[in-house]
Amino acid sequence: MILDGKTPTGPIEKTWDKHRFDMKLVNPSNKRKFKVLVVGTGLAGGAAAASLGELGYNVEAFCYQDSSRRAHSIAAQGGINAAKNYPNDGDSIYRLFYDTIKGGDFRAREADVWRLAQVSNNIIDQCVAQGVPFARDYAGYLDNRSFGGAQVSRTFYARGQTGQQLLLGAYSALSRQVKAGTVKMYERHEMVDLVVVDGVAKGITCRDMITGELKSYWGDAVCLATGGYVNVFYLSTNAMGCSVTAAWKAAQKGALFANPCYTQIHPTCIPQTGDHQSKLTLMSESLRNDGRCWAPKNKEDCDKAPGDIPEEDRDYYLERKYPSFGNLAPRDIASRAAKEQCDDERGVGPGKRGVYLDYATAIERVGEHTIKERYGNLFEMYEKITDENAYKRPMRIYPAPHYSMGGLWVDYNLMSNIPGLFVLGEANFSVHGANRLGASALMQGLADGYFVIPYTIAGYLATITPGVVTDEHPAFKESIEQVQAQTDKLLNIKGKKTVSEFHRELGKVMWEDVGMARSESSLKNAMQRIPEIRDEFWKNVNVTGSSNETNQQLENAGRLADFLEFAEVFTADALHREESCGGHFRTEHQTDDGEATRDDENFAYVAAWEFKGAGKAPELHKEPLKFDNVKLAVRSYK
Amino acid sequence: MDLTLHVWRQSGPKDKGKLETYPAKGISPDMSFLEMLDEVNEELIKTGKSPIVFDHDCREGICGMCSQTINGKAHGGQDRTTVCQLHMRSFKDGDEIFIEPWRARAFPVIKDLIVDRTALDTIMQAGGYTSCHTGGVPDGNAHPIGKPVADYAMDAAECIGCGACVAGCPNSSAMLFTSAKVAQLAVLPQGKHEAMARVMNMTDTMQAAGFGNCTNHLECEASCPKGVSVKFIAKLNREYMKALVS
Repeated sequence: MILDGKTPTGPIEKTWDKHRFDMKLVNPSNKRKFKVLVVGTGLAGGAAAASLGELGYNVEAFCYQDSSRRAHSIAAQGGINAAKNYPNDGDSIYRLFYDTIKGGDFRAREADVWRLAQVSNNIIDQCVAQGVPFARDYAGYLDNRSFGGAQVSRTFYARGQTGQQLLLGAYSALSRQVKAGTVKMYERHEMVDLVVVDGVAKGITCRDMITGELKSYWGDAVCLATGGYVNVFYLSTNAMGCSVTAAWKAAQKGALFANPCYTQIHPTCIPQTGDHQSKLTLMSESLRNDGRCWAPKNKEDCDKAPGDIPEEDRDYYLERKYPSFGNLAPRDIASRAAKEQCDDERGVGPGKRGVYLDYATAIERVGEHTIKERYGNLFEMYEKITDENAYKRPMRIYPAPHYSMGGLWVDYNLMSNIPGLFVLGEANFSVHGANRLGASALMQGLADGYFVIPYTIAGYLATITPGVVTDEHPAFKESIEQVQAQTDKLLNIKGKKTVSEFHRELGKVMWEDVGMARSESSLKNAMQRIPEIRDEFWKNVNVTGSSNETNQQLENAGRLADFLEFAEVFTADALHREESCGGHFRTEHQTDDGEATRDDENFAYVAAWEFKGAGKAPELHKEPLKFDNVKLAVRSYK
Repeated sequence: MDLTLHVWRQSGPKDKGKLETYPAKGISPDMSFLEMLDEVNEELIKTGKSPIVFDHDCREGICGMCSQTINGKAHGGQDRTTVCQLHMRSFKDGDEIFIEPWRARAFPVIKDLIVDRTALDTIMQAGGYTSCHTGGVPDGNAHPIGKPVADYAMDAAECIGCGACVAGCPNSSAMLFTSAKVAQLAVLPQGKHEAMARVMNMTDTMQAAGFGNCTNHLECEASCPKGVSVKFIAKLNREYMKALVS
């Protein structure tokens, strides 16, 4: 099937304005008759629930955490992009659009990216109005910095906690609506099924994580804002509770999963210390603004203290390979370069999986005080975890899975191929193409939540009658029974291995074979290993406790069961995409000096997969990508 | 290293609960405290016992989900550190460690180390926002905010809402939590128009939720993993007085 993204036609700079006018509206007095379910309360979900509630819709919002303020958007450190051009350095909506398309290695839809760039400016205004304490200069104006390979300063930030501050802004707006009674909040509720009636999304089933009770909720539309799936690698920078489950439940019901192989490996994370490790900690990419990446030139030097390695024996590999961007080369390039140093046995630290990020030059140039002002909290965090002082000794860093550009397929209205099912933020695939630029995730989450879905959902709701299907429909009872059956099955296996053991095993396969660099043989190996692990999981997992209590083992088992199905589709996507682009690097497709080679002739399309059941080959649907406003170019950061 | 844990086990809100003792063997100093608990749980599962239930999520010190009283101190008592960022190198071989949930009337225990902190959300719903609409707001630079004011607001906004201030306070007061939001919004041009109603509504809600009042023990600041200062409580009091007399 050839998919239609339903992007508006005409000059790109008019697409969003024209579309907003063309869409139907819901009469103000009718809005309260519509019930909208929002799953996830991060930047996208929190902003959507607050904005829809304010418009007058009857909103129910769900999150698995104990409070809607805790979603993992909170951990984003660096900043949020906007095309304000406050520094007068040449930025514009067009430039942000262009940079995002190019950064995504020409694998995103033009119109979606244009809209993102256009509304980016509204986001900053909105957050300021909420009282988000962005960094300011002495005259009182908003401060900007250059971030993640951008050649203009367009990143707004709040110390090293931009995600936290933006999320608390959305949370405050949401709190206001909860108080006003337009939003009903369900905390500690995990979505475990999507209810589809006659091909249309009409509700969800949740597990109450305190009592274990399964309950269904009906809605005239369902918005998933449930984040990304990189915990499929076991170790990642995601929170422990992040999973593919909500998105996968939709996929099991027929929603297409687009570009799962596009995952981002973040270059500046704290290296792993041992097998006990439960997660990896990211340090903001802004660190690379002043830090210099290097590895010893000689293997023999790897065990020496870094201070004992003379300047001439250090390989500042990013500066060497990419003279014009140097240490600010995009994430995928910086990550792969670090891995190359370690594969070449020149890594440092435990297990030799690490490279140095050195501040000595910067401290000499601007002084320790300034460095402390810029990165103080990050240096503190680093010291807490590693017991090393990065002012005195270079940091050790290593790449870690961080973000998923792939996600459920959506059209321009953010609606999936299941009518009534909308997907927002990281959970959809829409704007980052094959690679996301720094400070763009926050922008997308808030754009979708504040400024896209409030318009596009009306276009859908205006075409249906509210409340026709409620939880009295038999599909809701069936959904609960089906979930209960899977729960009972998990609890009755009573095998010998724990959920974490299986997750670690899956993660190892994914990281080794489907990680930063993938080859046909590694992917085929993964295609064989994943079903083996899945089969063993369903025979030999030990899930303790019962279903009618707080049971974290059961929660984790359910999430892992979904990862075990999803991983195979992920790998199939990576195997089919015979090119290297953005976060997807196939070792067969590179130039002589190791740069990715894209194949625009054969692969300039979105790969949307239809799940056909565990162990069955998923079916590929394509949405061709057209580029009328940018010229496809080889991404070069030399 | 080998440790002995005394962990609060409570099957539900109605159960009385008690401390149970478990060995934690072969613990690496590089582990975080929660990774140590993960290991203990893996052992418990393998020996057919029920694992210890505790709240956690981001494991990088920012989500505010983790909440344990360790040896009588919220988050373990290390300066500006959440439980998830506490590392085992700050303990030594042979140590006995007591692990309990947050203790406060407004935070009923749900199970083991998990407590119910929805009362903090209720305080926020009472006024922890500016009543701006989505869209229709002026340009971000329309109201300059001097750097010292912006920095002050940011200092207050660092709060992660974990509730350690409540757990650390002998009165189980949520004054530090409440004041951080009151102070942040009161100094900003966007928030000051509603400052009076906000401070009244938020403090009233705090009291109604069963939190105590502030009697200047300053344990909240000492317990706060983000170092939020008690000066914000002073600011709340001034704002409260202003609202009271106007």
